[in-house]
Amino acid sequence: MAIKSDEVGSPAAEARKHGGRIFALWFVASVIVDLVVWFVWGPHMAPGFMTTTAAGQVFDFKVLTVLSAPVLLMVWIYGGYSLIMFRDKGTHEDGYYVKGNRKIQATWYTLTGILVIGLAAFGTYELIAPAGAGVGEGPSPIWKPNNAGHTLIVQVIAQQWRFTYRWPQFGGMETTSINLPVNTEIQFDVTSLDVIHDFWAYQLGVKADANPEVNNVAYTKTLQTGRFVVRCDELCGIWHGAMYNYGHVVSQSSFYSWAHSMEAQNASLTKLLPKFSTSYLPKDNVVGGQYFNSSQA
Amino acid sequence: MLSKGARAGFVFVGFAIAIGVILFAVFGYLRSSPPAIAATAASSQPNTVNVVMQVDGAVGVGPHPTWVGYWVRDAQGVYHQTTIFKVPERTHVHMTIYEYDSGGPLRNEVWGKVQGVQGGAVSLNGTPVSLINSSAGNGVAHTFVVPQLGVTVPLYGVNGNAKNFCNVGPCNLSEAHNTIQFTFYSGNTTHNYRWQCFVPCGLGFLTGNGGPMQNLGYMAGFVQVVK
Repeated sequence: MAIKSDEVGSPAAEARKHGGRIFALWFVASVIVDLVVWFVWGPHMAPGFMTTTAAGQVFDFKVLTVLSAPVLLMVWIYGGYSLIMFRDKGTHEDGYYVKGNRKIQATWYTLTGILVIGLAAFGTYELIAPAGAGVGEGPSPIWKPNNAGHTLIVQVIAQQWRFTYRWPQFGGMETTSINLPVNTEIQFDVTSLDVIHDFWAYQLGVKADANPEVNNVAYTKTLQTGRFVVRCDELCGIWHGAMYNYGHVVSQSSFYSWAHSMEAQNASLTKLLPKFSTSYLPKDNVVGGQYFNSSQA
Repeated sequence: MLSKGARAGFVFVGFAIAIGVILFAVFGYLRSSPPAIAATAASSQPNTVNVVMQVDGAVGVGPHPTWVGYWVRDAQGVYHQTTIFKVPERTHVHMTIYEYDSGGPLRNEVWGKVQGVQGGAVSLNGTPVSLINSSAGNGVAHTFVVPQLGVTVPLYGVNGNAKNFCNVGPCNLSEAHNTIQFTFYSGNTTHNYRWQCFVPCGLGFLTGNGGPMQNLGYMAGFVQVVK
């Protein structure tokens, strides 16, 4: 109900009473919701825990949700409380003249300011940890894994409308499927043979644009076995929506068995491929520029 | 002289007809599609169907007669300018493709490797082939690739300087061509499987992947797996 100056008790006492109720409702609801977010919803958030970068993204989502939920709840609870308690009861009298409260305003501005700046700092840091957070860092990555010299390199070659994969540590073979070993640092070298595509390995928490004549490097470390989907995330023509394939994170023994098998099966094809390079250029002496041959790193 | 109400009625009816005609044309255009040709049951082999196609350097008909494209033959032996054909599920699909176009080097040599066909090889003019070096000979003209079924078949090109080179389709067997035959399994699921060419053969378009590469009926199509 509206606060009136002629009711029993001072307006300030009435305001404190309503304020206290709102605060209590908000506090209890925030604690409950944040606990549910962190412990019930959090373990099931996308993209999951298949890699370090995916797990890092889940952590980011949990932190952002836990910190932003109380803000949302305050708005909802204050609005709901006002609708119920301060609505006109048929007397059609004006509501109580509400004055500002500098302490409350200062507290609100300070807390929300700290929250926004803090989340900006947190988000900025999380964009680079771990090892670039699974995002394409361009041809000269700044944030590398600690043991960058021991990564499995997978070159992702996008073309309208399919991803293919080259494996420089397996003779430079090229495959149309992708398997990865578990508990391994992976370096994706992403490029394109035609227009701009985007390599988005959703469950791996890896996303990097595929630009022609450019190498875009992204890192992750596999933690769990399972299936992941690779999608193109840049509109690239009629079959953009069908430009996807599935990959698997498998045991190390299964991976090396698969890789060596593919290396043997593709030996004759590998001989026809251009020398491995981080990007490929059109061969100028072929009419139409249809042949992407060797490279300039 | 018509009354004001009658005139308003005529205007309303005329407006409604105009809107109807416009909507009919728009939806007719949006829903238009090349015809789907049913595969022909093989008389000699059980659980097998035949699909016969030809690919020409210029289809010669329709709104884009100069575009490269496919024709599919029906049960009566009549060719239809389309890239959509129907096959039953759980069936061996025996493909015969008459290739009339000239070839060249592939943008990505990986598409020169035959994959997903029975026996691991295709028959190129009667000779089994599992890999084509597109930098040699006539190169690869086009590829028939159904990604979701794992099928990749490079189509060896013909000599562009041949005297009997077919410039405009539909072409016939007296003209220079290669015959590519292979069989793949249609799978256990009814679905419209897209297929495409991985040779950027849309000449005059950005990176060669516009025009016929992006239009059903030319270098993009569907294998409709039905019950």
